[in-house]
This record gives sequence, C-alpha cells and structure tokens, in this order.
Amino acid sequence: MAAPTPEVLSSTHVEKKSKQKVSKRYWEETKNTEQKKPEEEPSKDVQNQNEATVKESSLKRKKGESDKPVKEDPFPGQAPIPTERLQKFQRGEKHKTPAGARRKLKEAIVFSESVSELAQKQAARYDLLLPEDAGFLEGDEGEDTSTISQDDIADAVDITSGSKYFNLHLSQFGPYRLDYSRNGRHLLLGGKKGHVACIDWQSKDLMCEMNVMETVNDVKWLHTEAMFAVAQKKWLYIYDSKGVELHCVKKFNDVLKMQFLPYHFLLATASATGFLQYLDVSVGKEVAAIGTKLGRLDVMAQNPYNAVVHLGHPNGTVSLWSPNQREPLVKMLCHRGAVRSLTVDKTGMYMVTSGLDRKLKVYDIRAFKPLHSCFLPAGASCLSLSQKGLLSAATGDVVQVYKNACGSSTLSKPYMAHRLRGQVCGVAYCPFEDVLGIGHEQGFTSMIVPGAGEPNFDALDTNPYRSFKQRQEWEVKALLEKVQPELIGLDPGQLGKVDQASFEQRHKERVEALGFDPLAKEKFKPIKKKKGRSSAGSVEKRKRKVAHEDQRDIIRQSVQEKMERQKELEEKSKEKRELGVKTTLDRFRK
Amino acid sequence: MAKSSSLQKTTLSKGVKVTFTMAADEEELPDDEEELPIDDEEAISASEDEEGSDDERKHNKLLEAISSLGGRNRKKQNERSEASVQVSEFSVNAEGTGEKVNLSDLLGTVEKAPGTSNKTKKQLRNLQNSKETLELPLNKQQTEKIQRGIAYEKTAQEVSCWNNIIVQNRKAEQVVFPLNQEPLGPKRVEQVVAGWKVQTPLEQEIFRLLHNNSQPAVDPVLTPIEEASLKAMSLEEAKIRRAELQKARALQSYYEAKAKREKKIKSKKYHRVQKKARRKEFLKQFEDMCKTNPEVALEELKKMELSRMTERMSLKHQNKGKWAKSKAIMAKYDDSARKAMQEQLQMNKDLTQKMVVLSDDEHESKDEELETVPDFVNDPEPIIDSVNPWMKGQLTREQPEVRCVTPEEAEPAGEEHEEEELLGEFERKRKLRQADEEGSTPAEENAEHASEVVGEDVVEISDKEENDDKEEDEEEEEVDVSEFNTLFKLMRTEKSQEGQEDGEGLLDEGPIRVQNIEDLEVLGEVFEPQPTVAPSRPQTAVAETPSAPTNKKNKEINLREVLTKEAKVIKVPFLPTVVEDEHDEQISIIKEAFAGDDVISDFMKDKRKQEAAARPKVVDLTLPGWGEWGGVGLKPSRWKRKRFRVKMPPPPPRQDQKLPDVIISVKRNASLAPHQVSHLPFPFENTAQFESCIRTPIGPTWNTQNVVKKMTKPKVVTTMGAIIEPMVKEDFIKNRTTTPAAKGPAIMFREDKGARRGAKRPSERNQRRSQKRKK
Repeated sequence: MAAPTPEVLSSTHVEKKSKQKVSKRYWEETKNTEQKKPEEEPSKDVQNQNEATVKESSLKRKKGESDKPVKEDPFPGQAPIPTERLQKFQRGEKHKTPAGARRKLKEAIVFSESVSELAQKQAARYDLLLPEDAGFLEGDEGEDTSTISQDDIADAVDITSGSKYFNLHLSQFGPYRLDYSRNGRHLLLGGKKGHVACIDWQSKDLMCEMNVMETVNDVKWLHTEAMFAVAQKKWLYIYDSKGVELHCVKKFNDVLKMQFLPYHFLLATASATGFLQYLDVSVGKEVAAIGTKLGRLDVMAQNPYNAVVHLGHPNGTVSLWSPNQREPLVKMLCHRGAVRSLTVDKTGMYMVTSGLDRKLKVYDIRAFKPLHSCFLPAGASCLSLSQKGLLSAATGDVVQVYKNACGSSTLSKPYMAHRLRGQVCGVAYCPFEDVLGIGHEQGFTSMIVPGAGEPNFDALDTNPYRSFKQRQEWEVKALLEKVQPELIGLDPGQLGKVDQASFEQRHKERVEALGFDPLAKEKFKPIKKKKGRSSAGSVEKRKRKVAHEDQRDIIRQSVQEKMERQKELEEKSKEKRELGVKTTLDRFRK
Repeated sequence: MAKSSSLQKTTLSKGVKVTFTMAADEEELPDDEEELPIDDEEAISASEDEEGSDDERKHNKLLEAISSLGGRNRKKQNERSEASVQVSEFSVNAEGTGEKVNLSDLLGTVEKAPGTSNKTKKQLRNLQNSKETLELPLNKQQTEKIQRGIAYEKTAQEVSCWNNIIVQNRKAEQVVFPLNQEPLGPKRVEQVVAGWKVQTPLEQEIFRLLHNNSQPAVDPVLTPIEEASLKAMSLEEAKIRRAELQKARALQSYYEAKAKREKKIKSKKYHRVQKKARRKEFLKQFEDMCKTNPEVALEELKKMELSRMTERMSLKHQNKGKWAKSKAIMAKYDDSARKAMQEQLQMNKDLTQKMVVLSDDEHESKDEELETVPDFVNDPEPIIDSVNPWMKGQLTREQPEVRCVTPEEAEPAGEEHEEEELLGEFERKRKLRQADEEGSTPAEENAEHASEVVGEDVVEISDKEENDDKEEDEEEEEVDVSEFNTLFKLMRTEKSQEGQEDGEGLLDEGPIRVQNIEDLEVLGEVFEPQPTVAPSRPQTAVAETPSAPTNKKNKEINLREVLTKEAKVIKVPFLPTVVEDEHDEQISIIKEAFAGDDVISDFMKDKRKQEAAARPKVVDLTLPGWGEWGGVGLKPSRWKRKRFRVKMPPPPPRQDQKLPDVIISVKRNASLAPHQVSHLPFPFENTAQFESCIRTPIGPTWNTQNVVKKMTKPKVVTTMGAIIEPMVKEDFIKNRTTTPAAKGPAIMFREDKGARRGAKRPSERNQRRSQKRKK
C-alpha cells in the first residue's frame, strides 16, 4: 500500500463510500491520529510544522525577489534544519579537541568533525525526500478495530490495495510455509507435501509451480527472486525462478528452518540433528557448521541489525549464534516450556518469543531483559514483526495483529484479527506493503494490515519496482559490498573500534589460527663439521655452549629485574620510614 | 681619491694597494711594482709575468697619460730612464734588502708634489703619525666560519618565504598539479597580444564607461557572462560533433563490413542483380549529371561510346564463340541454355542500342551548329516525360503534378548553358525514341526498370488505398467514439467515469489500455463498458447496505460473528496477564505439563558451569619430592602447596552478573581481530579520539552523493601527461596577490594598473620561469 497511487483518485474512492468510518487511509492527515498516538508522533508533528515554515519562507523569498529585486533577502543562506531531524541522523558523540593537543591531531579531529557534521546535515536535508507516511486503521467510537473484517477493508480501500486481500485455496498439499522476497514483489510458497510455487503476487503472475515429491520443511528466497532454497526431507535444494533445480547441497541435511542473511549472502540453516550451518551462496561454500548440542532446531529467527541467528530450544532457552563462535553468544531462558516461535524487530532492539507455556514475551535484546509478557490462551504458534513494528501472532486458526508490541506500553488488545480455515503454519509480513501473508493448512491468505509496511523504500537497496537491468546492477553492487561472515557479532560497530587486546593474547590467537608459532625461536642445530670434529661429544659440547649462552641471558635478565624490584622496595620503605610513625625499635636502626 | 681615506682603514692589503696607486700618481718607476711584497700582489697572475715587459710599457704609457692630465708638468714626464742602471741584467741587486719599506719612503714626494690637494696631504700625515698597528686579519677558518654564518642567515631568510606555502599545501585538503594550469581552449588575439594603450581623453572616457558597465572594450571581446555562455555552447557543440564523428565512423565501418561481405558472395545471380542495379543507378546519376555537370557527363558519354564501339567490333555477345555454339546445340532441349543465349543476345542489344542513341546526337550536333533551338524540340518534352517518368530519375505519382512541374523545369533548362541544352536534347530525343519503341515493343532494358517502377507504384497505390482505408477506419472510429461517449455520459457522471477508467488503468497498466479500449470501440462493442461498470455498482450497493453476507460468502466466513466471540475470549485473559498474575489452574496445568524437566535449575547449572570455565585457573607449581619425602601415596605438604600455587588475577566482572536468566559468552571474537585496527595511528593520543574520527561511514550507502565525494576527495590531483615542474617563487606570490585579474580585458587604462600587472599572459610568465631556471 506504499505504492504511489494517485491521491485524487483515492480520495474520490473513499468519499464514495458511505462506510467511511471503516478505515482511514494513511495519506489522510487527521488530527485524530495525532491524538491517538501522541508519544510516537510528536517529532513528526514538529517536522511537519518546520516543513511548513520552510515552505512559507521559500514562498516569501520568491515574492520578495519578484517585487523588489534590490531589497535584502529576509532569509539569507540555506534553510534551517530542525534539530529533531538532525538528531535522527547523528552518529555517535561529537568529540572535542583536547586543549593541549598537537597541531596535527587538532587538524585531524577538526576535519573529521566537520565532515561528519556535513554528512549529518546533508542526510537531514535529504530526509525531505522520504515523504510517505504509514497508514493505520481506525474504528468508530466504541468500535474495536479487530472486529473489522478483511472484506470490509478490501471494499473500502482503492481497487489496487483491495486486490491485495486474497486467498489461495490449496487444500491438497498441506500446511504452507511462505517467504516474501526482500523487495516484497515475489512470494514463495512451500506446502508440506511437496508443493512449491513462486508468484509475483501483486500481478498474480505465477513464475513457477512444481511438486518436489518430498516433504518440504521450509522455503526461502536467496538474494534475488531468481533463486530460492527449499529444505526438503533429506537435503537442501536450490532452485531457480523457473523451478529448475540448480543445486542439491548434501552437506546440509535434515534442515528444518532457514534464514537468509542478505548482506552477508549467507543461508543459515537449522537442522533436526542440532546443527546450525552457514552456506555462502555467493561462492557456494559452507562457512561454518556448528553443532549446537541443543537438540532439534525448529525455531529460528535472524536479527536484521547484526545478522545474529536466534534459535529457540525445547528447554525454553533462546540462543544467539554467529558463525565465528562455536558456542552461543548469548543464551537466555525465556520460557518454562519449549519455545514455539520467535521473531526479532527490524532495528534489532526487540525480540518477541512465544512458548509452550502459552506466554508471549517481549525482550529488549540490547540489555537482554524482558520488557513485558502476556498470556495468550492458545499460545502463539507463529510470530512475525513488520517493518513498522506490528506484531502478528497466530494462535490456532486465528491471526492476531498487535500494535505497539515493542514499546513501553503493554499489549492490551489486538489491533486486527483474522480467522482462517485451517491451522496457521507460517506468517510473514510483506516488505514495503501493508500486507501480511499467512500460510495455513488450506492454502495461503494475503491479509491487509494497514500501517504494517515501511512506506519509504531505498531504491538502491531494495526497490520493489526495479527492472531486470536494475536488478542485475544491484546484484553486482551487492556482491561487491558483501559483508564478510567474520564480521558477524553482537555489536556490528565493533569493527570501528580499536582492538584493545594485549600482544600476548593476539599472539596466542595467531598461533591458534596458524597452527604454529611464527615468532618462536629456532632450536639450535649444530653444523655438521668434518674431519672427525662432529663426533657426538663435540656436538653435545657445542649444544651446551649455546644453551649456556641462552641461560645466561635469561639469568642476566632476571637478576636485573630483581635488582630493580629491590630498589623499588627500598625506596618504598624509605618513604614509609620517612612518613611513618617512629616506634621504639627505631632506635636500633642505623 | 676621496675614497682612499676610507679604504685605508679596512685592511692592510688594501691600504698597500692604495698607496701603490698613489705612488703611481707620483710617477714612480715601474720598479715599484716589483718591490711590492709578493703576498700583496694577488692581482698579478702568471700570465702577466710572461708578458711583463709589454705590460710595463703599456702601464707606463697609461700613467703618463694620466699625469699629463695635470697639465703643467707634462714635459717632465717625457724623461726616460734606463732599467739597467738599477737592475743588473746578470744579478739581482741586493741593495736595501734588510730595510723595511716605510710609508714615508713612498710618500715623501707627495708633500712636494704641487698637484696633490691639501686634504690628501693631511690624511697622509695623519696616517704617518698614527702609531697603532692594524690588526691581523682573521685566519682562514674563522673568516670562512663567519662567511658561512652570514650565508646561512641569508639563505634561511630567503628560504623561509616558502614556509607558508609549504604549510598551506600540507594542510590543504587537495592539491592540484601542475600548479599554473592555463585555461584550455583558444584565446582571443587581444589576450595574446599586449594591449594598446588608451591615449586620448575621449577614449579614456569611453573605455571607462564600458568598463564600469562590464562591457567589452573591443568589439569581438565578450562580457564575462557571454564568454561563459559561449564556452558552454562550445562544449555542447563539441559533444554534438563528437557524436557525429562517432556516427560517421560507425557508418563507415558498417559499409566496409558490408562491402567485404558482399565481395565474398559467389552467387552469379546476385552479382548480376547487383550489376543491374548499379547500371540503373548509373543511369540515374547520368541524368542528374547532364543537368548539373555536363562536362563530366560528356566524358561519360564518350566512355559509353567507346564501349559501344568495342562491342560492335567484338563478336563477344553474338553467340559466335565456342561456348555459344555448344549452347546453341543444347538450346533445343535445355531451357537454361536457351536462356543463357538469349541473355547474351540481349546484352549485345543493350550495348549496341546506345549506339543508336548516340547516332542521334550526330544529328543533334548538326542542329547545334544551327545554334537556334526550334520550339518544337521543347514542345514534345512534357509528353515524353509523362510517358516514362522514371528516366527523369524522379518517380511521379500523380500525372497532373508532373505536368505542371515539367514545363517549369524545361524553361530554365533552355535558358542555361548550351551544353546542357544539348544534353537535354539528347535525352529528349532518346526518350522519344524509347517511347516510340515502348509503344510497339518496349526496350528490354527500360522494360525492366519500368516493371520495377511500376511495381513500386502499385505498391504505393495500394499503400495509399490502405491509408485511405485507415483514414476511413479512423473516421469510423471517431464516430464510434463519439457515440460511445454520448452513451457513456448518459450512463454515468464524469467523475465516476474517471474513476472507472483509472480503475481499469490500475489493472491494465499505462498507455496500452487506451489502445485496447479504442480497439474495443472499433469492434463496436458499445455494451462492453457495461460489465466493467457493473461490478463497481454492486460494490457501492454493498457499501450502502449495512451487511450483505451472501455476497461475501464466496470469500470467507463472516468474521464479525467469529471475532466478537474471539475477542471475548482474548480480552478476559489479557488483563491479568499484563499484571503477571496467572490463574491458579493454569499454573497447575503448566506445572503438570513440565513436571519432568526443571528448566530453571538446568539453566542455573549451565550458567554456573560457564562461569567456572571462564574463571582463570590456579596454577599449581608444586613438585612432589622436593625438600621432603616423595612416593606413591604421599602428597606434598600443605605449606608447599600453598607456597607454589600461583593465583591468577580475578577476571573482569561478567556482563551477565545481574541477569540470572542470561548467559553471555565472554569469548573474544578472534575472527574480527584481523579486520580491526590494533595500533593507534599517529596523531591520535587515545582510542576515543580515533574512534570518533572514524565513526562516520564514508560509503554512498549511508551518505548523500556530495558528501561521499567530499569525503573521498583525493589528496593530490594531477592531470595526465602534464609535466609537473617544481614550484617557482612567482607562482605562489602571484597566486596570493592577483588571481581574478587574469580574466580581465586585455585593454587597460590607468585605473586598473594592479589588475594589469596580474594580467600578464601565462605564456610570458612561463618564459620568465624558464629564464629563472636557467640561472
């Protein structure tokens, strides 16, 4: 719904409806919205005001120029940037030049500060180019938004948006898993009983459809819509968009869940045997295979902020993994029963988990502290967080959507709800669209959730409207900018910090990595001499000599150290004596 | 001589010199020179000694000349003395060896000399009386040291003027080399040649006016703004020109490739066709040539005649050859052979036919001799043209047009040169003949053209018909559209119409839609819009009616019923869960469910284990058996164990110290270390400074284009191929003082002298630079 639909048209459509109360479109700025969520919007209000003032000022400027060319410009220089927006683009703290700094240091600091300030300002200025706002659903007085049916919404909105609510009745091949491509154009469906289909879901154009004649555990798009991975009964398969099998990766067996890390080109898989494996899809190499020793891994999520993989376990713990460490980075006890589902917020701040104890918990994973927990009578089997932070939880055959799940306020009542025909097996929000895809026993349902998608997209990163050529170019650029798997860690900013480890530690690591000590002293090897001078005795003698030399060096060093220490001690005692209280025994001291 | 007093005091050697000169004034003998101490004679070189006698004579003469200036005692000077009196030829005179030369000895005569001024006398006397000796000169080392010191100061001062520029360049974000880049492009004459001076007051006045309004002083000179705009234009032009060139080159290469390809083709038929085409083309050209370039045309004619002659002479195409004879035998049975023979004959006909034409022009030449062109020659022309228009080289589509055009063409032709006239007549005649032939039996050659052209015409005509058809169709369409529109207007308001159309547009995408609709209209489906309207109608109806469950059933079960029930179920448990109070029964259920596995205690155990593993271990260095009895079953004493156990420092506090339900691994991410900075780089004093300096990313992913450009600006920029010469003093001095002056006009007047100084042409400056370098 973030699609740029002509506003005139939309307004006419909405006006036509007598049941206007049903929904408000996101582009209709109303006061109610601001009243409703005053905590979230104040900055935007200020922004709008500021923009308004800027506009006014520009108008005035124009007028002034036309009327009296001689008159002074009342608004000289560039338009001011509101501080709120500046703060949005601030990176780290400003560093002040120390008072007694050297000239070069001063210059370096001043230059870097000026540059970062410029970058911040420019970014804030260019923020004007992100004009879209997210939508929302608003009921009448006393009306619960969760009671509004999808049909009503689909009727109320414009045709294009209305067409985004649809059902695919696929009752034959069992519960469906689904995945949207990164730009939200393509949908991949995988039925448990082997049905795999990829669809350009907006145009309803079927790209390919097949039955792999095996159990399908999970499906996942790779970096583009040209390739997707299917975790089948035994092995991991990779197909292209026409359904041609490209690879059968036999190293990855019994895969249950998959996650694709787009900036690292890594496909992370969790298997029934307890292995977490990483496949680099750009070179086709297995980057890491970690035996978690935590049993069957069928709950998996990724943190988009730092590419750390979250796994949920039957003992109620959630563990965080990176390919660089053989043990979990963090292990947290979240539920008393097994973890059923988990998901992580786009900003990497919040994690939502649900367990067999029928609880839904929201964690702040910067501090690893639970924010709030609530009790769902049926327990959520599938969770998903949208780009704008809407939480969808599937309980049985009902999908509930919660607003402000990741805020300070607690979950009270669902924002929306939708009943399906069968048990829900997978939920996923479509990026840049107000759409929630639900895979269930009877097929697939695309549900309209106003305000779910990010309205502004970065066309250089994920462009929903990109052409074939653009995709090709993006692919090349993305490959060039690929982030190495070594950089995955809890803190993605770690790279910009100085390595504080001591030389010994670093050396130890180096030795471990290399398998030998590059700085080790070579063992003395006596030269082979001729004319009977290389007899065993003489060789031994020579060895001794060298050994003695070495020992002498060591002894010399230790003696020196001892002397120094003694000196220090003496000095200390002297000071003490001078400072300390005299005792009766001091009279014996010379 | 006035100088001498001051000079005397400086150094001894100089003093001596001075005295010597004085003595010379007094007309001392040249012997004096020899008496001078050797070390004082620095000026006399070995070469001079060799030519000593000669020099002496010259010197004496000089002295005489000088003294003669005095006037009175000119005669005395003419006295001659013999050298042999004092200086023996055979031995050195040792007289007066021990004596010192006193000043008085040398200057004794000065007092008596009448020419010397009192002042000098006084000075000399003073000098004589003064007892103090002059100081010894400093020794060589010291003088050199002093000299070095002075030289150092001087050079230091000289070089220090570079300091600023060096610092400036080091600080600069970007340095561009070569330093003095002349602006590219041609320069005006006024800029190259030194400007003429404005002299008369009127001129001055005018130029001042012009200058004040920033107008060009000399007419080709443009204002700066105009110049800028011109430059911009030139760039565009250059681009266009470049594109043209590129295109031309590409075309050339295409043609070359094509020619190559065609050359390789072996098919005879193809080449025949080609030849024919070429001939046709040539004929066409010839027609044109007759009009435009008659001389060349004549030459061509001659050539043709020649070919005709050769053809007539030869038996080549007359089926007389061996091959032809063999073919003739075959011709009865073989169709192809017959054809080949016919072709041969036709060729012959073709070639000899021209002869017939040319034979006509013999007649014409007679006509030409008459020099008067009869009117009837012009008269038949239009008719001829109308008959076979293709001979004119232009295809006529409609006869009336040709009729009106051709006479006009003919008349100017008559007015033109005689030769042209002649050629035109040739043509006409030939055409006439051809037309006659066509009437009975058309010439094969022309017939071919004719058929082709006719074919084309036919095609065109058909095209035209098609066009007409299309037009008609369009008209019909228009009618249909109008009909449709009226219908539509009747059916719906304009607003709804827009909405409907746009709605369709969203489904159909873009401009194709319109076409489609039109097509539909053409088909005459007036009722077509109705179905599209129909669904929108029901929608509105649905919206108006409070609830229409029957309609929705095709999609889903009505949610309202379900959700109201659902909401109740959800709402009840929500309130308590927020407070974290669970129902007792639920607690009991959960307890029941997870009675087997104590998740929490397991986790605690795990955590404890982890903590223990992370804690550094105590190193036990006790050696059993040292200082006491050792053996199986004997443990080292407690004291010893205590003494030789090395305790490690306690680890830093764990991150998860205060989080009971979290285990955070303390392992260092070693794989990241090679990518990190391990040593603090130079100007930074602590890590915070450095980290703050690299906190802003420089990539285009995070920044706007301009910022990226600024951040990744290269430190040094050089132009490829340009020689980077070392900096000359003038460069930076000039830079500092006058930069904008270079843009000023060439002609200056008094007011802007400073600017003029700066406006020295870069070429001049370069010259000076090179001169300087030579030095």
